[in-house]
Amino acid sequence: MQTNLLALVIAFTYLALLFVIAAWGDRRAEQGRSVVNSPTIYSLSIAVYCTAWTFYGSVGRAATTGLSFLLIYLGPTLAMLCGWLVLRKMIRIARAQRITSIADFISARYGKSGGLGMLVALIAVVAIMPYIALQLKAITVSYGILTEYPNVTPTALSLSDFWNDKAFWVALVLAVFIILFGTRHLDASERHEGMVTAIAFESLVKLFAFVGVGLFVCFILYPGPTTLLAEASTRLPELGQYFGLEQVPGGALGWVGTLVLATLAFITLPRQFQVLVVENVNEQHLRRACWMFPLYLLLINLFVIPIALAGLMGGSATGDSDDYVLTLPLSAGLEWLPMLVFIGGLSAATSMMIVETIALSTMVSNQLVMPLLLRWRHLHLERSRDLSGWLLGIRRIAIVLILILGYLYHALIGEAYSLVTIGLVSFAAAAQFAPPLLLGLYWRGASRNGAAAGLLAGTMVWAWTLLIPGFALSGWMATDFIEQGPFGWMWLRPYALLGLEGWDIYTHSLFWSMLVNIGLLVGVSLFSRQSHMEQTQAALFTNALRPEAELAAIWQGQASRYELYRLLNRYLGKAATLRQFGGVTPLPDDDSPATPALIARAEQGLTGALGSATARILINSVVRGEGLDMASILSILDTTSQTLEYNRRLEQKSTELEKIGSELRSANDRLRELDRLKDEFVAMVSHELRTPLTSIRAFAEILNDTEAMPAEQQQHFLQIIVRESERLSRLIEEILDLARLESGRMTLHPERCDLIELIHQAGDAVTQLFQQRHITLELQLPDTLCPVMADPDRLLQVLINLLDNASKFADHDQPRVLLTLQIKPRHFRVTVEDNGVGITEAEREKVFEKFHQIELDSDNTDSSHRPRGTGLGLPISRGIVSHLGGRLWVDAPEQLQGACLAMELPAAAQVNS
Amino acid sequence: MKQALTSRLVAVSILALVLFTPPLLLLFDRPTAWGFSTLPLVIYLLWALLILLAALILERPDAD
Repeated sequence: MQTNLLALVIAFTYLALLFVIAAWGDRRAEQGRSVVNSPTIYSLSIAVYCTAWTFYGSVGRAATTGLSFLLIYLGPTLAMLCGWLVLRKMIRIARAQRITSIADFISARYGKSGGLGMLVALIAVVAIMPYIALQLKAITVSYGILTEYPNVTPTALSLSDFWNDKAFWVALVLAVFIILFGTRHLDASERHEGMVTAIAFESLVKLFAFVGVGLFVCFILYPGPTTLLAEASTRLPELGQYFGLEQVPGGALGWVGTLVLATLAFITLPRQFQVLVVENVNEQHLRRACWMFPLYLLLINLFVIPIALAGLMGGSATGDSDDYVLTLPLSAGLEWLPMLVFIGGLSAATSMMIVETIALSTMVSNQLVMPLLLRWRHLHLERSRDLSGWLLGIRRIAIVLILILGYLYHALIGEAYSLVTIGLVSFAAAAQFAPPLLLGLYWRGASRNGAAAGLLAGTMVWAWTLLIPGFALSGWMATDFIEQGPFGWMWLRPYALLGLEGWDIYTHSLFWSMLVNIGLLVGVSLFSRQSHMEQTQAALFTNALRPEAELAAIWQGQASRYELYRLLNRYLGKAATLRQFGGVTPLPDDDSPATPALIARAEQGLTGALGSATARILINSVVRGEGLDMASILSILDTTSQTLEYNRRLEQKSTELEKIGSELRSANDRLRELDRLKDEFVAMVSHELRTPLTSIRAFAEILNDTEAMPAEQQQHFLQIIVRESERLSRLIEEILDLARLESGRMTLHPERCDLIELIHQAGDAVTQLFQQRHITLELQLPDTLCPVMADPDRLLQVLINLLDNASKFADHDQPRVLLTLQIKPRHFRVTVEDNGVGITEAEREKVFEKFHQIELDSDNTDSSHRPRGTGLGLPISRGIVSHLGGRLWVDAPEQLQGACLAMELPAAAQVNS
Repeated sequence: MKQALTSRLVAVSILALVLFTPPLLLLFDRPTAWGFSTLPLVIYLLWALLILLAALILERPDAD
């Protein structure tokens, strides 16, 4: 009785200590000197993973199924090794979206789907309730052993005398603790710092207690570990190859199955999600936790095998393998060590219950109760001014209900289940969350329908292959369906679905449920359409680690500040609302619109308290206009693509401009060149005009000044004046012609005329000149009609000019000029040749330049007598010929060895007169 | 540097997975003088080694 009382006093003193520690943690947090802001505390809080199941069950598992107990800890080690990649992403998303539970996380990932959140919350409650019951059972059993030893017959439990069961009172105290430290603030995303401090402390206590037992067994009960092993091998020969792979249920396959199960469950168990993601203060803490938590697991498992061996050797004195941790020091007659072990077990059980209950109550209130209340009693709640009390009330009721249900579960069927079974069954249920959670993190295409289908089907398979047979084996129903299948359908046997036999039940269940879960998630996702909200959320989740993910949901609607204030006030209470509004209370007549940022903040605040799906509904109720609807997303996308398009066009424009710029530059160069040519031309023209003018003036002045002058000389001078005047007027005429040609104002009057006739006319016109110069003109003409479309006067001018030029440059002694006309298929070719010195290759184009004069040899005495040209004849001729559609150029001499000017004119079309 | 950290962690995770799953695991499953398997000892050692590796990778001052 003394131990009884002592144990009670110590146990409740320990619980009181938890209150003190939690209160201290909360006070420190309020003062801004948070104790939780440390990677070590964070790592220790993750050790809530080690429950009473670890504390008592590991040894039991090691004693019966060998190394399989290690898998439960190797799995989390694997998960933590890549935790920096996976968990960090989850933490970042949870922070950005104010996510408060795994149900909220999955619901938010799939378009803030309320239904999916409900489903996850329901599965979690169903799956975790036995796990909570397991903790209570551990407390009852360990208390019983501690006080009744060596009478180890299990205390019979019945509901009628629950006040005698210490677990009931522990559950009650925990309910108070959780309500005090778990529901102090409504804004659940503000974290429960006091609670985390207490959890970290409990992790230290259980580690200390377990290592204490281990050291006692290895070094006090037996002189050393080697002695223990040697003794065990001799006294337990029936164990054969102990702690090998053979002993693990299901062999190598069972090993892998359990390892995967533990890895997945570590991330998806609601309490692990709570401490890993929700309670994380700083993402950088994960860095240390990634190796420190596995180290914790290693330490707490170090003495499992020695304790199991010692327990096995203890025989009847140590009783059931699940109790070795407690019975070994008891059997050795110690008093304080068993007490320490009891406290260690208590700490393991309470820490798990605290965190799990907080996680579950948040899920129940945010995902199950509030959405239903809002939907069913919408009008009633609308009238209520302050709902924050409601919310806290719901959460507190949920906490009490969860603990009571856990206790009932423990009291009613806890007897039948061994510790290990319950733990692994819960693991397998929690693992159902892994596909929607992990695939959702990396695969944008995962859709709500797929997640819901996979979760439902996976959970049903889990229930059929693990939960229901478990109930049956507990004696709740007939067990023959396990062997025979329901209605004799052998293929539906729960432990050998579709005839898959020989696997251990957990691997078997995990395989089928995961197959169905992942299969449906992927399959349905591939063949269903995501809503717009889903697409947005999927993008936000999968890109969470990219820097651009900071851009959270954007509200496009409008709400007045006062409306928003009232909404927040109703759900969050005054203090939290004022924080959102920066300490200013909007007046009732303040209908200034709230900024999108404020609306987003308000939604985040509500999400923290109520879950994302509910928050969205509430915000929608005050925000006029849509939230982030398709149209606005499209318009955002549109704006982006428009910007891109403008950008592209700008680029195009700039290349165009560059091109135009270079064109302009070259045009400018050409203009400069033309300007230079014009200047040159003007200079030449004035020079050319001045030459005759000067001589006219000079001779006129002589005539004027000299009175006595022989009449003959007078006559000569007058002749010169007349000749120069003629030349001047011809020059002016030609310049005008040229100007007309170049400006395109020359008007030609083309008519049908015979080229041969024109040539004859030209020959007649120059006869006089040629006779003067003793030049022979030869004509080689065909004797057919050569019709061209031309202005006869102008063409005549060209021909005369060509003949005149030829006469000037023909040989001095025996001048000859030859004009030939050839008929080509579509045109006529006229060449005028002389037998002079000819034109060099380089000069050939230059002769068409204005005022270009071919220099004749200076020793040519006769040259002065020749009439000088104006230097405009050929440019004008070329201009006229091109106007007539032909061309004029200097060709290589054909028959005579002088210059040869060739002209081509298109033949006129045949006229059928 | 961030990329290197990620790659190293992925590599350590894969190493852990390979070490803790059958083909390699079977190699460690040898009987000892006392009739126990060497498996537990090897697993504890590998476990410690992996934790050490992870700690070295994650606690490097230049890790990011």
